[in-house]
Parts: sequence; structure tokens; C-alpha cells
Amino acid sequence: MLEVDIALRRDDFRLEARFAADAPIVALFGRSGAGKSTIVEAIAGLVRPQSGRIAVGGRVLFDSARGIDLAPEARRVGCVFQDALLFPHMSVRANLAYGEKLIAPAERFVDRGRVIELLGLGALLERRPATLSGGEKQRVALGRTLLASPRLLLLDEPLAALDAARKAEILGYIELLRDEFRLPTVYVSHAIEEVTRLADHLVLVSDGRTIAEGDVAQLLSRPDLQPPTERFEAGAVIEARVARHDERYGLTTLAFEGGELVVANLDALPGEPVRARIRSRDVALALDRPRAASFQNVLEASVESVGGEFGAIVDVQLRVGATPLVARITRESAERLGLAPGVKVHALVKAIAIDRRSVGYA
Amino acid sequence: MPTREELDVVLLSLKVAAWGVAASLPIAVATAFVLARKRFPGKMLFDAAVHLPLVLPPVVVGFALLVLFGRHGPLGRLLAPLGIVFAFRWTGAALAAAVMGFPLMVRAIRLAIDAVDARLELAARTLGASRMRVFFTVTLPLAWPGLVTGALLAFARSLGEFGATITFVSNIPGETRTLPLAIYTFTQSPGEDAQALRLSILSVCLSLAALAASEWLARRPPTARRDA
Repeated sequence: MLEVDIALRRDDFRLEARFAADAPIVALFGRSGAGKSTIVEAIAGLVRPQSGRIAVGGRVLFDSARGIDLAPEARRVGCVFQDALLFPHMSVRANLAYGEKLIAPAERFVDRGRVIELLGLGALLERRPATLSGGEKQRVALGRTLLASPRLLLLDEPLAALDAARKAEILGYIELLRDEFRLPTVYVSHAIEEVTRLADHLVLVSDGRTIAEGDVAQLLSRPDLQPPTERFEAGAVIEARVARHDERYGLTTLAFEGGELVVANLDALPGEPVRARIRSRDVALALDRPRAASFQNVLEASVESVGGEFGAIVDVQLRVGATPLVARITRESAERLGLAPGVKVHALVKAIAIDRRSVGYA
Repeated sequence: MPTREELDVVLLSLKVAAWGVAASLPIAVATAFVLARKRFPGKMLFDAAVHLPLVLPPVVVGFALLVLFGRHGPLGRLLAPLGIVFAFRWTGAALAAAVMGFPLMVRAIRLAIDAVDARLELAARTLGASRMRVFFTVTLPLAWPGLVTGALLAFARSLGEFGATITFVSNIPGETRTLPLAIYTFTQSPGEDAQALRLSILSVCLSLAALAASEWLARRPPTARRDA
């Protein structure tokens, strides 16, 4: 259980953050400069809030009312930053050992050999950080932080400095570590694909305030919260399970409450829970079921609401069974089809519109 | 070959400079760290005070030391019962050398600490290291070349120290007569130019050796601090 309730003022920046989460991975999501990193720094003890309280698993790290403010080294909160911040004068081996040797052997719950194996660090041990690629640096940074046996892991935009291929690679490693070590984690990002793929609990941060929190799928489908996510493309998140694979055409069918979804080949076993994100601009609507169309996914849906009365574009909130979905269409189309709450429609989604990067193991 | 007397002068100079640097280095590192990393009221004033010996006439510094640390000076009287005496001793020459070399040492070390990414220090603390440990395992090893440069600058400055030394502890053969003072003494007596020249050549050799040694040291950080 992570509880944060802090207020902080620095020069002309004000931060008010309040959230509590019991999920394995909590995501802090918002635009750059919204204050996400400051929240993380406060949890780690690198900045001191003017007032408030921070507790991890019932252990109080900061409480202005009771005069508690643990030093960063006493918090047992591990951080991985955007730039890996490896010690340049030490080998990879010495970097990995730095935090590990500061923890009493009885308190270590992360095995060095296992971390080196999982993160593929064996061949890098004698190298210096300056000779490592960006992805390798980030792997070492993850290993170094884990070996300090932290009680909470803070990942502050760990992928932001990497190219797309390295992003996918490190994301895979983070999933691996999550499943292996089950450490409570706070993941900071302004990239919606990363958040939907990894996180269970979402905290939206905007202009120095935490404006909403809750289950990832529910929160990202709420129309009133679209503005802070707008730049990163509004959409809905569907919780599903892998139903079957079609080897011949390389397609995977996902089953969710209310229907099935066909996506391009997904590397997951049947029965595994996954999360798929469907951008609202990739959803088209039709009153009648189209015949002879290329759409793989034709979902029967009912209109919940039609948002935005002005402008050329409207967001139509839909419900497919119990699952929310959003379609972004022109206002002209919405009026031509006579869309209003309660109207039955068919939501059309191309299989390839479901970005493979946005499908992750839940 | 240098004569016995010349060798004694060189050894005294080395002793004075080495003690001056060794005694002031820890204070200089602490001062440089405070100037590079801390913000506090009156920092400008503190910074100016540290640099004062660099801009004051050395004779003024020597006179100030005489007033403070002389037999009847407030600090001299305080330290005398503890067996610490500076007046007219080689230790006083070392003190004068340390004070004159201090600003150079602080400047070099401060620049080196400034160049160390402070976020590396924060990362080390989140890994469980105390401020002290972070300083000795991250900040100091990364600032090592600056430390060597600073120590060498101060050492070279100490070998050449003249004004403050002669004002504070006078020119006593075998006790406070370092190389520059010996050269000065020879130039003051007629017909001793050759002696002055011999000592000057020795002085040049000494400086070159110190430069070479520092180049070598700056390239090799101490392995003990690498922390395997």
C-alpha cells in the first residue's frame, strides 16, 4: 500500500498530490512538467514537501505533523531515472554491488545471480558505463536498484531516452522483473502505451495536481478526463484474454466481456490475460452490419453519450456489453446517423489499428 | 652535483611545502565542497575570504600571521601550551605556504566537484549510502584529477613562497631559509651570483619533477577508491 498526500512549493511551482494505491504497479501519468517527477523525488526523499505524509506498506517515510522525514538512504526506495546515472568510475560489477553491500545480508531478498541472468548482464560485468549502449545502461540501472532490495521501486520515465526498439526491449524486462520479484512499483510516464501495458492503478497528474486515480481501463475511458490525455490520443482500454491463434493468417483472437477482438499476431498463450488499447480515432461506426468489408472487428454496441456539441469532431462513448469504447468521428457523421444515447450501432475496428505495442500482459 | 648545504635547503623547502599541502588539503576539500554544493547566506563573503591570500600582497598575509600566531599573538598564545609553535620555526613557514596556496587549491577542487553530476550523488543515496559514504565513493573519486591539480598548484606555490614567509618567520638558516629565501640571500651578498644561479637551476628541476608527477597521478585514480 502506497499512500501519498503532500503539498510542496518551490519558486513558482506548486504541487499538491494525493493518492493511495494497493496495486502492484501504479502509474503516474501526465504531460511533461506536470509534476510527476517531483512526486517521485518526494517519495524518494530527494525533495522535502512543505507538508503532508508519505507511507509505504504502513511504514511512514515522511510526516510533517509528526516531524518524521527519513533520509533517502533510510527509505529503502529504489529509483531508476531517465538517464541511468551509473557511476562512471566503476565497472558494471561494482555498480551492481554498490547498493547490495549496504544492505545487511539478512535483509537481502534479491539474488545477484538471478538479476544478472534475468537482465542478461553476465557479459557486461567488467565493462565501464561509458562503453554501454543506452539500453544496456538502463538494464544495469534496473539491476543495481533491485540489488539494493528496495521496498518500493520508482521508475521515472525509464524509457524516455531510448529509441523504439530499445523501449520495447526494456519494457519486456520490466514486465519480467514485475512477475519475478513482485515489488510495489511506481511507474512515471507520459507515454500512454507504456502505462496501459504495465500499470494496474493510474494516477493522472496535471499542472502540479493529481486530478484523478483509479483502475487503468476505467480511467482512460472516462470522457471528462480526456483533456490531459488528449495529446497522447484518447482511447479505451479493453481487458481481455487470449482465446485462440490463427496460425495460417497470423491472427490472434481476444475474448472480452461483450465480444471478441481480432488483432495481428500476439505472442501470448491462450488463456493469458491481456490489455488492448483502442484509439478512438480508429473506431468507425455503422448503423447496419457492413457486408463485404475489410474490417476484422464488427462489435455490436450501444451509444452512451455523444460529447462535444461544437467543432467538427465528437467523441461517442459506447458500451460493448459491459466494456466501454470511444469512437472519434465527425459531428456531421454523428448527426447523419442520428446518434443519441441508447441507439444501437456497430463499432468497426481494423485489426491492424490495435497497436501491438499497446497490447500487454495484464 | 649539489653540495650538502644546497641539499639541506632543498629538503627543507620540500618539507615545508609538503606539510603545508598535506595539512591544508582536507580543509581545502571541505571548503571546495561547501562552495560547490551548498547554498547559505553570506556565501559570497565566505568565497571572497577564501580568495583573499590570492589578491593581498604576500607581505600583508605574513604580517597578519605574525600578529595572530606570533609569540604574543592571540592564537600563538593559545596554541603554545599545546606545544604548537609557529613563530620563527619551519612550521611557521609551512603555515605561510599553506595559507598562500589555499585559494589555488580550493579553486581547482571546486571546479572538479562542480563538474560531478549532483544527481549521481542522489542516486547513490537512494541506494542506501549516507552523505559521508557518497562523498568518499562518488564525489571524491570523480573529482580526483582536480584534487591532484589543486594539490600540485599549491605545492608549486609553496616552493616559491617568499614574501609571507620572510615576514612571518624571518630568514633563519636551517630553520626557515627555504629555496627562494636562500637565493635571495645570495643575491644580496657581492660575488655570490654563481651560488644563486645553482640554486635557481635546482629550483627549476624541482618544479619540472613536480609537474611530471602530477600528470602521472591525475591519470591514475587510486585503485582503493574504485571499490570492487
